[in-house]
Amino acid sequence: MKRFLPVIVFAVLVAFLAIGLKLDPREVPSPLVNKAAPAFKLPLLAQPEAMLTPADLRGKVWLLNVWASWCVSCRVEHPLLVELAKTGTVPIYGLNYKDKRDDAMQWLRERGDPYLQSISDADGRVGIDYGVYGVPETFVIDREGVIRYKQIGPLTPEALRDTILPLVRKLGA
Amino acid sequence: MTAELGHFALILALVLALVQAIVPLVGASTGRPAWMALARPAARGQFLFIAIAFACLTRAFIDNDFSVLYVAEHSNSLLPVVYRVTAVWGGHEGSILLWALILALWTVAVSLFSRHLPEPMVARIIGIMGLISVGFLLFTLFTSNPFERMLPGAVEGKDLNPLLQDPGMVIHPPMLYMGYVGSTVAFAFALSALISGRLDAAWARWSRPWVTTAWCFLTVGIALGSGWAYYELGWGGWWFWDPVENASFMPWLAGTALMHSLAVTEKRGGFKMWTALLAIIAFSLSLLGTFLVRSGVLSSVHAFATDPARGVFILGFLVVVIGGSLALFAWRAPSVGTGGSFEMVSRESALLANNVLLLVATAAVLLGTLYPLLIDALGMGKLSVGPPYFEAVFVPLMAPALFLMGIGPITRWKQANAIDIARRLRWAGGVSFVSAIVAPLLLGHWTPMVGFGVLLAAWIVTTAATNLIGRLREHPAPTLRAKLAAQPGSYYGMLLAHCGMAVFIIGVTLVKGYETEKDLRMEVGDTATIAGYTFRLDAIRERAGPNYNAAQGTLTVTRDGQPVTVMHPEKRLYTATKTPMTEAAIDTGFTRDLYASLGEPVSRTAWSVRIHHKPFIDWIWFGCLLMALGGLMAVLDRRYRSVRSTAPQPAQPAQAASSASSAPASGTPALVVRTSTRVP
Repeated sequence: MKRFLPVIVFAVLVAFLAIGLKLDPREVPSPLVNKAAPAFKLPLLAQPEAMLTPADLRGKVWLLNVWASWCVSCRVEHPLLVELAKTGTVPIYGLNYKDKRDDAMQWLRERGDPYLQSISDADGRVGIDYGVYGVPETFVIDREGVIRYKQIGPLTPEALRDTILPLVRKLGA
Repeated sequence: MTAELGHFALILALVLALVQAIVPLVGASTGRPAWMALARPAARGQFLFIAIAFACLTRAFIDNDFSVLYVAEHSNSLLPVVYRVTAVWGGHEGSILLWALILALWTVAVSLFSRHLPEPMVARIIGIMGLISVGFLLFTLFTSNPFERMLPGAVEGKDLNPLLQDPGMVIHPPMLYMGYVGSTVAFAFALSALISGRLDAAWARWSRPWVTTAWCFLTVGIALGSGWAYYELGWGGWWFWDPVENASFMPWLAGTALMHSLAVTEKRGGFKMWTALLAIIAFSLSLLGTFLVRSGVLSSVHAFATDPARGVFILGFLVVVIGGSLALFAWRAPSVGTGGSFEMVSRESALLANNVLLLVATAAVLLGTLYPLLIDALGMGKLSVGPPYFEAVFVPLMAPALFLMGIGPITRWKQANAIDIARRLRWAGGVSFVSAIVAPLLLGHWTPMVGFGVLLAAWIVTTAATNLIGRLREHPAPTLRAKLAAQPGSYYGMLLAHCGMAVFIIGVTLVKGYETEKDLRMEVGDTATIAGYTFRLDAIRERAGPNYNAAQGTLTVTRDGQPVTVMHPEKRLYTATKTPMTEAAIDTGFTRDLYASLGEPVSRTAWSVRIHHKPFIDWIWFGCLLMALGGLMAVLDRRYRSVRSTAPQPAQPAQAASSASSAPASGTPALVVRTSTRVP
């Protein structure tokens, strides 16, 4: 039977390759999905004396967009966020990550501010809680404060249309 | 118009490939000389038309015809002409076309250098290569057509990936593909030998130069790719165990095993099935490599666009070709004798052990490459396998193989005396041990890793020297010159290739053991010192290239106050793609490279700069070059040429005719089954 061994090994390999074709190697699932959004208490970017916590947003579906003025890809997705904000479909909150306040404010003045509020995570501690490893990232958080989806990298029209907005609609219904 | 012409030529090439695949194979099985005779002209015609298609695509690139989708996506009017030509294989579609072109080139080479082969054998070989070509041309035409139009055309192209805008990229892919695709020849030889049942020493002798030639190309191709990564990626690394690198490395390992196994089959008639299986495996790994790179099942730095239809096509192709040939192998295996017997201590044993080690190493690389996919497919999560796995597995497997490299060539065929070998090699062993202790101390400090590397390298060189001296002593010629001239070229080729491996090991070991690097924040006027070299940042200037803007640093290097060199690392921003690129500056030397790359500006006046001192790193590529030269010498051995001038001498009559009436194995292409039952 020895002579059939190569064929058998190859058949197993083909089975795996066939399954592999259906998988996306670039998709990295976040362990945070379907877990409660980590708590934080951070100052608002616009009014540093005021604080915001996720508990304040209980009862509504919202997006948390991690951004920074130094982030090049954020410039790519920003117009999309501004458009989305105009439609009023879903409230967008910004997590201004490891940024300087003046730079961030300047950035929003120049490019438009899609965020209901941005909170300032100057030292990046909250970013660590949220497992941020590339800016921008966008979280979809439901009424109970549970993270339902995480987009790594800039939002694309396709990702919004096919994944995020349907999810928001489902969660909001 | 050019694109349509190219497309049409490609369709004609497919038609000719079908003719080349079907007619000669049927002719060989039914014994019709006229049908068999069609193999050569069909192969040449196919090559001509693929070449026309390729020329048309090149023309579209040179003319900046951005109404051709592929051109618009991979070129730009500002791109220098030479890169417009090489951009032809800068993307998926063109790469596959290059694959097909090179396959056709190899087929033409077979049609030219096969006059000494029996006609049915040639017909089968060229027919099988035609079948492969049909697969690739169908793949090109249906899933990856480079001639697809985009109407209205783009005003400007998206530009070639800046990583590929480099002289290394001009020759790396063609060389690599010559190696990859070259394994098709050995595969076709093996299959036609399996079909005819003529799996004998003559088959091995015919296959050897082809296998070695392909192996030389693959060696050079991999070395070029590694060198390119070293100076172009700007990290100073030369091998990353990236899936695509592994995809080229696995056929190399299998090809190396095949080369050595063929030696046994030719000289001793042994390992026949093993050799045939290796030929199939080497080719299968080349195809699998193509699949892994093109289908997107694995993520890799070689990010080509992925498309599921392509993946499905190549997987289907793999099943037909590899599955079919392995089934053929399983079916024919019992009909082929095992060859001459040999004792425990013999050259056969050494070569068999070397083969097993190489193949286990191949399997280990394959496992590491596919492991993320396997785990993902089993729903057990996502992970990546990095260099630590490969190094941990690879080094212990290769060390005994390298040790055997010293012993094998000195051992007699069939039966050798272990004590005699030990006696002959005592000097080599002693010298190696002393070098392993002394050399690292002279270079700096002794570490077990460096000591072991030097030991293996010295062992290979000293055993090769012992071998040569022994051969010269035994030879009856009166003068040293005559003795030297009496040794065959393939023998010198073997010694040279083995010494190339030693040079390679020295390079790897010393650069790993002694390299130093520093990440710095430098302002103009700052200095930094590594390994006795002082780098002073003299200026950072703006510079405009043809399709990029660069910040160019000037680093003056001195050693003990004496000027050494001036280096100009660059940070480029390619205008069309907005891609930043690091262009490292390298000062190459015999015993060390100085390597400087410019990072990001940290402030208005300061830049991050990375400097490396890399001792003996160029020996890595020099070693590869020596290996390839050794292979070349073996190929040019007059033994292979003299075979051509004499009549073919099949060493053994076909044994298969009697047993060939057994039921065909499932999955074997019908054609192959039919041809195999009648051996002329």
